[in-house]
Parts: sequence; structure tokens; C-alpha cells
Amino acid sequence: MPGERGKLFDKVLIANRGEIALRIQRACRELGIKTVVVHSEADRDAKYVALADESVCIGPAPSAQSYLNIPAIIAAAEVTDAQAIHPGYGFLSENADFAEKVERSGFVFIGPKPETIRLMGDKISAKLTMTKAGVPCVPGSEAALPDDPREIVKIARAVGYPVIIKAAGGGGGRGMRVVHTEAALLPAVNLTQSEAQAAFGNPSVYMERFLVAPRHIEIQVLADAHKNVVHLFDRDCSMQRRHQKIIEEAPAPGISPRVLARIADRAVEACRKIGYRGAGTFEFLYQGTDFFFIEMNTRVQVEHPVTEMITGLDIVQEQIRIAAGQKLRLRQREIAYRGHAIECRINAEDPFTFVPSPGRITAWHAPGGPGIRVDTHVYQNYFVPPNYDSMIGKVVAYGDTREQAIARMRVALSEMVVGGIKTNIPLHQELLADEKFLRGGTSIHYLEERLAQRAQAA
Amino acid sequence: MDLRKLKTLIELVETSGIAELEIQEGEERVRISRAVAHGQPMMMAPQGAMAPAAPPVAPHPGVAIPEPAPEPSGHVVKSPMVGTFYRSASPGAKAFVNVGDTVQSGDTLCIVEAMKLMNEIEADAAGTVKEILVENGQPVEFGQPLFVLE
Repeated sequence: MPGERGKLFDKVLIANRGEIALRIQRACRELGIKTVVVHSEADRDAKYVALADESVCIGPAPSAQSYLNIPAIIAAAEVTDAQAIHPGYGFLSENADFAEKVERSGFVFIGPKPETIRLMGDKISAKLTMTKAGVPCVPGSEAALPDDPREIVKIARAVGYPVIIKAAGGGGGRGMRVVHTEAALLPAVNLTQSEAQAAFGNPSVYMERFLVAPRHIEIQVLADAHKNVVHLFDRDCSMQRRHQKIIEEAPAPGISPRVLARIADRAVEACRKIGYRGAGTFEFLYQGTDFFFIEMNTRVQVEHPVTEMITGLDIVQEQIRIAAGQKLRLRQREIAYRGHAIECRINAEDPFTFVPSPGRITAWHAPGGPGIRVDTHVYQNYFVPPNYDSMIGKVVAYGDTREQAIARMRVALSEMVVGGIKTNIPLHQELLADEKFLRGGTSIHYLEERLAQRAQAA
Repeated sequence: MDLRKLKTLIELVETSGIAELEIQEGEERVRISRAVAHGQPMMMAPQGAMAPAAPPVAPHPGVAIPEPAPEPSGHVVKSPMVGTFYRSASPGAKAFVNVGDTVQSGDTLCIVEAMKLMNEIEADAAGTVKEILVENGQPVEFGQPLFVLE
């Protein structure tokens, strides 16, 4: 429901916290849209709560009673007369039930349709859909693993070891187990099934070939409600620990732009076929010269700033425009990228043991200068609550070349001061001096191998 | 109080390092408070849960900030959920409780309505209703004080 006087919406409710809540708020404010921020008791002092037109406390600190509390969030939208709800990332952003309830309650959900979220949320149906749409997938079981152990062994032999067992209701690195030998197969399947049941309420698992040293390459797409779809090129998010991304960059270094354009076009075609709406990301594993689809994220991603820096577009604003029913304003041939951008996720944790470090930030100085963007909700004296994930912000560096972006990031991180808590800035500084990272193209296992080497040397 | 005088007072507070200055001249009264220490930009906290938050002021002392509501004494019954507060089961019906009523633990005090569902909010202690902090039809948030019992 577009707002009055050509405004996209009069009021948007931001159903998230931390840096993304501030990010969404900034996009709304720039467009003249009023913001309502919901928050837990632990986030009362958040910067974006003070900046919001209205704020509603929806529950105590634990996420289950606040940021995952669907009735509380919808009630907050009702009492504040919001028109649309932006779910951010994580929390309820990929919860099809939430999207459905939001729409049934008369609000616009800033994201895809509930049935699309459901389709992509089940990793098995997502793969089947992609295969039918001509997007290459990791060879695997094609369906949930059957109960018969002999069948499971047969499937594994056909797929070829090593294999990885994945929860159908999982994703984002959760609910996975690698199996190298047939002897370890059945116990691994059983274990993954019970974990899946406990974590996602769905014991369904499937199997894929485990790629030994792939890179994580993803394609950003935007689709409006009028069948227009474009891609915003690629990102490389291979620097990961336990499936959590630490450093992301755009574009992916060392891959021919034509090869990337081909896979991006396939992703766009798949979006058209499934009637996708909103911002989305296709995640691939890239090994040798092949791309393999693993999953699609039907929301804005943490690392969206690197794409914004190289294209000059505002992805969150595009989400809002699409949700308000507007057509995409640019055609594919009008979208170009320039230069290179790198993002470092700043986490409140010990840089090498990864033990979380919540607490009060007693000294805060953010970097700046040409090509530096800092997305963070924290400020001096802010108390980082222990109840949520440890990311306190993102530093993004842009340059004409990858080398310049890296050089700018090094300078920025050296200027940055975060007192009172530990952060992973020292880890980033090591990686930005790492010879293999500087060459580019490291695999998704590289960081963990390097950390293991570091631990042994110590 | 003329503007020049006010300006002088503001400068005085800024340069002197005092936290607060209150001056009464006949009928007129002015109170000027400094921003919170640590150089944090001054954020004005929303008055009630639903009151629009004032935009953050640049780090200058503000003028005549209204007194925050005093902490109620006695047992405070807080809202366990987000919704709209109603004193009675339906419009026109008798209110569940009035100031001065005695209630037992478990008695219904009010309704908080959310998503078309009416939720009865029960007293979590026994006592006499001393104060009703919210108006009929007012939106409430999680943890918002509703009643004071003593």
C-alpha cells in the first residue's frame, strides 16, 4: 500500500536489531518514511531506537521472546499503524509463517512472497527448483535420504566420497556433516537427522558431493512485482570460519567476467521462472571452472554493502521500492560496476580463540576517509549485550582496484579504536597481510586451515 | 525571560561544568540540564512507550526538559505483551478495577488486545489499586507499568 503524496510508505516497522536495523532506518529516513523500531529490553539504549519516530519494547532480552516473537511484532505494527515490515536478515527474515501472518494482518512484508520463502527455505525443494530452471547444482541425492540404510549407502557410492549430509531445513552453515568413508556414513546420517529434528523441527536430510576446495561465490538479484529481474553482479565470501563469513568482496577476483555474467544470467532466469520478488542472493560453490548452486537467501545479506559500493545502488531502498509496487528503474544494460570493495565483519570476540566478548565499549573511534564506509550501531559507552550474535559492525573499503581497497582497509583498521571489549580486528589485520589472500581466490577452507596452522605453531 | 538572558544562562551552564541550573523569577521558571557525561550525543528518551521520540539534539544543553515521572512505590503490575490497553471487557462495560478496589492475586485487572485477541491481564499480587498508569485505549509495550498496587 503506497503512502500518500508519492511516498513509498508512510511508516515502516523494522523487525530487527543491531547494525541492520540502523541500515534499514537510514534507507527509510532518506526516503521520508517514518520508522517504528521494535526492540527487546536489552536494546533499549540502541542508537536507532533513539532515532526512530516510534519504538516499541516487545519482550525481554532472549530472542525467542522478542525478535522471534511473531505476535508481539505484529501487535507492535498494529498499535503504531505501520504499513510495512522490514525483517532485515536472520531472525524472522526467512520465516515463511511470519511473512504470511504479516500479510494476513494487512501489512506489506518487505521481501518475497511467503510461498517463495517456503520453497527456498527447504533446501531440497530449492535445489530441485533450480535444477529445473537450468541452474547447475552440486551433484547429490536429489531428494531427502530414504530410511533404508542400504539405499543410503548406494546413493553415497553414486555421489562419490567425500559426501556431505545436510539438513533440508537448515542452511547458513547449520546442520551439516562431512563423511569421508562408508564406515562413517550411517552414524553420521543418524546424528545429522537428530540434530536437524532438534534444531529445525525437521529431520529430513539430503546428501551432496563434498567439494574439496571450492570458493563461495554469490550473485545478487533484484526482482520487482512486474516480472523485471536484474542482477547486481557477484561477491566472493570464501573467507569463512565454521560457515560464518568474515571477509567478503565484490567482484569475485580472478574469475572471467564473462563466466560470471553467464551464471548471473542463469540466476536471473531462475528468478523469472519462480516469480521471485525482492532482493535475493544465489549462493554457489565454485571449483575448477564450475559453479554449483547450494542455496538461495531470500533476504538482504549482511555483505550487501560491497555490492552497493561497486554499483552505486542502495539495495535496501530497492527492497522498499519493490515492496511498494514500483518497477525496477534500471535495466540490466544500465547497471555497471566499477572498482573493488572489501568488507570486514567486526565481531566482539577474542580474535583467535573466538570467545565472545560482550560488555561496555569504553572507547570508540571509527575510521574514515576516501572509500571507507562503516556500518555500525555501536557508539562510545554502548553496552554490547551478550544475548545476540557478536557482530558489532562492518568496515567496508572501496578502491579503483582490489589492491587499493585492501590498502585502504589496512589503514582504516589501524585507525580503529574499540576499547573495553575484544574484537577480531587483529585477525583481519593478519589476513590483510596474508600472501594467499592478497593473491586472491582462497577456498572456503583456507581460513580454518590457517587458524589450525597458527594454533600448532603457537 | 528574554532571549538574551536565556542565552547567557545557557552559556553559563556550558562553560561552568555544572550539571543543572534552575532559576525562578516571579512566575517564570527555567531549568537547563547538561548532556550526559562521556560526550555522548544527547538522546531524549521517549516519554511514554508510544510517544514519538524527539530527534537527538546536538551536544548543547537543552532548555526546560520536563521532569521524568517519579518511580511509583508499591507493587507495579507491568504489561506482559504488546497491544492496546482496555479497562473493561467490552466498550461500555464496567471497568474491571478502579482506584481503591482490593484485588487478590489472579484477579483480572484489564485487557491487552493484540491481533484481534483479548488477553486478560491478571494481578500477580494481592493489594489495593493505588494508581492506574495507562488510559483506556492506549497502546502499551512489553514491560510497561500498568497498575500500582499496595
